[in-house]
Amino acid sequence: MSKVVFSNIVKQFPAVGGAPGGLAVNNLDLTIEEGQLVTLLGPSGCGKTTTLRMLAGFETPSAGSITIGGRDVTHLPVNARNVGMVFQSYALFPHMTVRQNVEYGVKLLNLPRREMDERVSEILETMALAQYADRAPSRLSGGQQQRVALARAVVTRPKVLLFDEPLSNLDAQLRERMRDELRAIQLRLGITSLYVTHDQSEAMAISDRVVVMRNGVIEQDDTPRNVYSRPGTAFVAEFMGKANILEGKVESVNDQGARVRIAEASFDLAPGPQPLRAGQAVRCVVRPEYLHLDPAGQLEAKVRRVVFQGGHVEYLAEIGGQECTITDARYIHSGIAEAGQSLRVAMDTRPVWILPENQANEMGKVA
Amino acid sequence: MNATAKAPSARMGPASAPLWRSVTADPWLFGIFALITLSVLVFAVLPILIVLKHAVWTPNGFDLSALAGTLSQGFVWRSLANTMILGVTSALVATCAGFVLAFAVTRTTMPGKTFIHGAALLPIISPPFVMALAIVILFGRSGLITRELLGIRNANVYGFHSLVLIQSLAFTPIAYLNIRGMLQSIDSALEDASSSLGASRWTTFRQVTLPLVTPAILSSVLLVFVKSVEDFGNPMLIGGNYNTLAVEAYSQMVGYFNLNAGALLASLMLVPSMTAFLIHRYWVCKRSYVTVTGKPTAQSIRISGRRVVLPLSILCYALAFTILLFYATVFYVSFTKLPGVNNTLTLDHYRTVFTVGFSTLYNSLYLAGIATPITAIAGMMIAFLLVRRAFPGSFLLRWGTLLSFAAPGTILGIGYVSTFNTPPLLLTGTAMIVIAAMVVKNLQVGIEAGSNQLQQIDRSIEEASTILGASSGRTFFRITLPLLRPALFASLSYSLTRSLTTLSAVIFLVSANWTLITVTILSQVETLKTGVAAAWCSILVIVVLAILAVMQLLLSAASRER
Repeated sequence: MSKVVFSNIVKQFPAVGGAPGGLAVNNLDLTIEEGQLVTLLGPSGCGKTTTLRMLAGFETPSAGSITIGGRDVTHLPVNARNVGMVFQSYALFPHMTVRQNVEYGVKLLNLPRREMDERVSEILETMALAQYADRAPSRLSGGQQQRVALARAVVTRPKVLLFDEPLSNLDAQLRERMRDELRAIQLRLGITSLYVTHDQSEAMAISDRVVVMRNGVIEQDDTPRNVYSRPGTAFVAEFMGKANILEGKVESVNDQGARVRIAEASFDLAPGPQPLRAGQAVRCVVRPEYLHLDPAGQLEAKVRRVVFQGGHVEYLAEIGGQECTITDARYIHSGIAEAGQSLRVAMDTRPVWILPENQANEMGKVA
Repeated sequence: MNATAKAPSARMGPASAPLWRSVTADPWLFGIFALITLSVLVFAVLPILIVLKHAVWTPNGFDLSALAGTLSQGFVWRSLANTMILGVTSALVATCAGFVLAFAVTRTTMPGKTFIHGAALLPIISPPFVMALAIVILFGRSGLITRELLGIRNANVYGFHSLVLIQSLAFTPIAYLNIRGMLQSIDSALEDASSSLGASRWTTFRQVTLPLVTPAILSSVLLVFVKSVEDFGNPMLIGGNYNTLAVEAYSQMVGYFNLNAGALLASLMLVPSMTAFLIHRYWVCKRSYVTVTGKPTAQSIRISGRRVVLPLSILCYALAFTILLFYATVFYVSFTKLPGVNNTLTLDHYRTVFTVGFSTLYNSLYLAGIATPITAIAGMMIAFLLVRRAFPGSFLLRWGTLLSFAAPGTILGIGYVSTFNTPPLLLTGTAMIVIAAMVVKNLQVGIEAGSNQLQQIDRSIEEASTILGASSGRTFFRITLPLLRPALFASLSYSLTRSLTTLSAVIFLVSANWTLITVTILSQVETLKTGVAAAWCSILVIVVLAILAVMQLLLSAASRER
């Protein structure tokens, strides 16, 4: 078993040479189940990398404990943890060949020579690196370097595999391919993994669970689908992709949900995570794809700006005085509106999500 | 979910707790750290403290009247003033020359840059007093130029003017390399941006280039000043009545056996040196706008107008030819019977050298050969310990090595003789004491080179090694040290050159068994055996050049291997 548990982790960096110290991680509780891939997602400075580095052992928590497979590793040195890591810069040893890089960790296991060679050859084969075994890492392409880094990290059969923004150095196309490769190999080896990224689509594509962090605190820990469509906070909603957060007022509450007035129209919406009462002000997460242009639509949108994006047109508009983004993929048939025009907009009410309360002052922080 | 408001659940332990944890996590590395720190304290800090003690402490205890007695003597203040005036003048002249050279080489279309570069670097690899020897031969009483060419009978070459000339020539390379590095690392897009905004070339120079290299200019002034204060060979040979602290301290120690006066003078040297050094480190370096990565940025040379290039070229060539003339003179004199009197060519001096034997050159090579690898490896290890690890007590190591570098050789030499003359540290007269002085004096350059290189090596490369299960020691020797190879070689060449040509510290430490080539040359010059001294100098320069060439070959062979 190599379930990972962070309990009550605090990381306070000391002030160094005039730079202010800070609370990087505040009271973090997180469990990674055996074989799962959990992604820490958040803007830079949110504490995700610090959390990863504490699991690796490069940072020691100021308080709290970390266990791997039930064993407390909080103060265990890095080289005794049996953890594999793929670094953002890959951190391949530039003075060693591909094979020497991969061999490096295996040599430290004191395996019989034959078994060691077998393991190394096997992983080089799996990663389609066998033909480059004797090259210097600097003579490989970005994707190949990435594979060497992964091969080197998994060849020692670590209990936990860590990924520190491993795809950020690749171009967009390669990034998607490597993302799928990483996930496939992680699933096949069944290694418990922690993955750090600031790219929400990468996080959703690769993870069993996504943990959104902000200011050293977990904002939401859920499945990719829930994090996207049932965000716990406005911050999560906006971080996970384009989101319109429209303010409305509950008109009445019934069994199926609530009738909510947004701008000049009323909609039947699914209930949020909290009980609602009539007259209450609510904020609804309306992704651009929930809105579409429809001459019979209930809402009126005043176009402020038009952004042509090829596959679709993006209208930055105002609905009832609130800013709102609407995408239109059918512009080929209906033409493109201009700034200043008014459009009728219909809303698909089923996916609209009512944010839980106590987020009243949240808007200000996000903006 | 809303935990921002919550305070950290547990208060942290005392601030040093993570430091102590670093000790237990890495007992071996801490052992090495402790050993190195202890050595630095014993061989760098202790001797200097002992000198300071001797400066105020007579055998009868602390004696204010004795101190006042020494301080009231005129020669103390005269030599302090002399040292300061000489230091400031040389620093300014050498920095100007260095700037002209650096600017001409990096920014203009001056022809023959390789030649200028080579000539400008020559003084670095030779003993400090080759130039002094040359100026005596050329401009002395029976000088080749003063008497032979100009017919001047009683030219006086000794004194302040010659010292400024010699020190400026000798220390120009320091300023040149320093400023050139900075000029090269300025992104030329900045200068392009300035001209694209309509600035003239002169405005660009004044408003963009000059402010950006100011830190390098200031740092050159301070470094040359420190070097000038420390210089012993040149003031000894051509100072005449113009005594500096280094010379005065030496003659008090060796001539009058007055340890107190010697120690006091040496301690006085520490004041300007340390001041300049600390200003350099904690003020000038912080003001640098460019991070000198050692990697020259793409340069486009854009000054080709004759009005700028011609005067700059004339200055550079004049400087280069002066340096070459001085070296050629020494080389020529080594083949001349009695320069200025009997100019017939002869091999006599070399015959003398060969009959007297190479034992002193051999000693120098042997001791420098032992000191150099120790210096280089220790430098890399200290750089690693200081940059990558925070052990409790790191500041002792940092300040100890800094002190040893900033402290003039004279104070170190006097410190060594007075510290290591009693058991358990009885080292006087041994090879070990000379080696220790060489290592301590040159350590800092390796540390600097190593630190700079380490800061360019992605930390995660070492982290990757530890997370794969390697210990700190293994990581250092298998990953870090191989990646530090350029810095290692730089440190090797520097400390070898310096160890072979050093004088100020070792002059106090040589003994009948272990005397060094530089000391031999000095005594030959003092006894007016100019020809033999010149022959030795020529041999030494050639030996150093040969060793550097071999090391360069090894380095390029090693890098081709990859």
